[in-house]
Amino acid sequence: MIEILYNILFDYTLRTVALGAGVLGIVSGILGSYAVLRKQSLLGDTISHAALPGIALAFLFTGSKSVLLILTGAALAGWVATLLMISIIRTTRIKEDSALGLVLSVFFGFGLVLLTYIQKLPNATQAGLEKFLFGQAATLLAEDVLVMAILSLVILALVLLFWKEFKLLSFDEDFGATVGFPMRSIDILLTSLLVVAIVIGLQTVGVVLMSAMIVAPAAAARQWTNRLGIMIALSALFGAIAGIGGAIISSLTSKLPTGPTIVLCISAIVLLSLFLAPARGLVWQWIQQSRNRHNFHLDAVLLDLYALAQQHRDRLHGHHAAVLKTMNLKQSAVNRCLRELKTQGLVRQISRDLWGLTEAGLQQAESLANTQGGAA
Amino acid sequence: MKFSYNDIDDPGRRDWAIKVEDLTLAYNEKPALWDIDLEVPPGVLMAIVGPNGAGKTTLIKAMLGLLKPVAGSVSIFGKPYKAQRHMLAYVPQRRSVDWDFPTNVLDVVLMGRYGELGWFKRPRTKDREMAMEALEKVGMTDFSKRQISELSGGQQQRVFLARALVQNANIYLMDEPFQGVDATTERTIIDLLKSLRAEGKTVVVVHHDLQTVSDYFDWVMLLNVRKIASGPVEETFTDDNLRLAYGGHVAFLQARNIQAQAGKSEKVRS
Repeated sequence: MIEILYNILFDYTLRTVALGAGVLGIVSGILGSYAVLRKQSLLGDTISHAALPGIALAFLFTGSKSVLLILTGAALAGWVATLLMISIIRTTRIKEDSALGLVLSVFFGFGLVLLTYIQKLPNATQAGLEKFLFGQAATLLAEDVLVMAILSLVILALVLLFWKEFKLLSFDEDFGATVGFPMRSIDILLTSLLVVAIVIGLQTVGVVLMSAMIVAPAAAARQWTNRLGIMIALSALFGAIAGIGGAIISSLTSKLPTGPTIVLCISAIVLLSLFLAPARGLVWQWIQQSRNRHNFHLDAVLLDLYALAQQHRDRLHGHHAAVLKTMNLKQSAVNRCLRELKTQGLVRQISRDLWGLTEAGLQQAESLANTQGGAA
Repeated sequence: MKFSYNDIDDPGRRDWAIKVEDLTLAYNEKPALWDIDLEVPPGVLMAIVGPNGAGKTTLIKAMLGLLKPVAGSVSIFGKPYKAQRHMLAYVPQRRSVDWDFPTNVLDVVLMGRYGELGWFKRPRTKDREMAMEALEKVGMTDFSKRQISELSGGQQQRVFLARALVQNANIYLMDEPFQGVDATTERTIIDLLKSLRAEGKTVVVVHHDLQTVSDYFDWVMLLNVRKIASGPVEETFTDDNLRLAYGGHVAFLQARNIQAQAGKSEKVRS
């Protein structure tokens, strides 16, 4: 444990990788929230795959492997792909999902062709562009992380500045247009920020898995909160935890690639959130359901007693549990329900098998019978 | 007062709250609206009725500049829409947004203030007060902190209305505000629309329920891609016009005629 801490602080490679992955997690967490809320989860996938030909072309044209240059190529390709996709939707009858699929496959296929071509070039043996397919975090340099951090700060500042506008875009675009905002420009801005966020992650996670970093933190964060601000903050936090956690875990084991490990980390967070989150989590919903079912049983027994009581002048008259059992579908539960109703003070046990309503129980049963329209 | 050529050109033109001229709009070459001319006088409560696919929503969206027409123009109080945007408030169809969006009622209502706030500025106390006032008018004060995913259909509709109210508009364009709401909400909405009219505002409503047109509205437009008729309800909402808009058999017309005959025979008896 102490060794890990020591390594993070003083091991250059691990520190750089962990920082870079953390920053990447934060940025993709923030912008992924908007993508998820706007039901554009696939957009991230398309942009990241579409970045591949940009990477290859940047290398072919300049012959340089400078990360900044190559990532600029990636960003341009991602951006062109996005604009192309938007104009396909606007000008043809092709729907959004098909347009995304079209652009993704065409760009990615073209990128793979270029990559193969580059590998066959005589001078390209060391090109190492394949690292952008699945990411190679170990090649991150301190300068790269600095560029990533600056870009992230710019993105964060823009999201805060355009907070209201981005919210309007995500919730009700048409309404935003009627109150005077140029929604298409705001859309292009937000999508461009998403492109930048994706490009930031390409070196670490790669084009194939980057979409997970866009969708997963936001999907996990949505489980825990009902407020946009908190959702975005949580999403950034989850992204950062996954990034740093993945970097550390992969450093502890030899031959465990960083990018996929980060994606596994965020997947674990998603899984936990799906099950454990309050209100939206599966476990919570399951508990809520069984509680409802139990309350329903209690009500049913109370109403049965009430129905019996109505046949007597003395409303608080006692009845045998055996009678109640014949009235109830789930017979085995009757005794348990009666005991619980007794602790609630709604029912009194007259003798071992004889049960009657209390005054409070009578009132409760009457109001139940009224709200259920006498369904008992 | 400013003097403009419009005044010389057509002195009556400024009087219309909304004036639509030769509006044609097409989706993929199939006309959705065909050569619509419409004049809406200020201060009326107007229903747009017509069968499914008649272009009612399209017409509203075109008035708001959300859809680009092939030809024609829309003017608001004599000026093009772009100059008059602040005069209009839009209540879209309830189902047009995702109600699972992570936000609360007050926040949605505050979106109605965004236009006046402009770029970058966040809502202030004054905006919040206006939003709470609007929520009171639609009977939703207690729900201001409620998560929007927990609202019923009628409550969602009221939130959308409150959002339009805080815009302080002159003209309200509403797309099916009565769609799938409970009786209480329908009552609340119609009272609200009538009080807006009493304040001199113009309200245009895409409406589905022919039964209530005469009770709720004083102005009506019958639409079926082309304009069938528009004007005061008692002159315009006739059997002939309804048949033109809806085609031969209109269940509503049969019901209305039976009622009318029943009314006559009762009169004869008395």
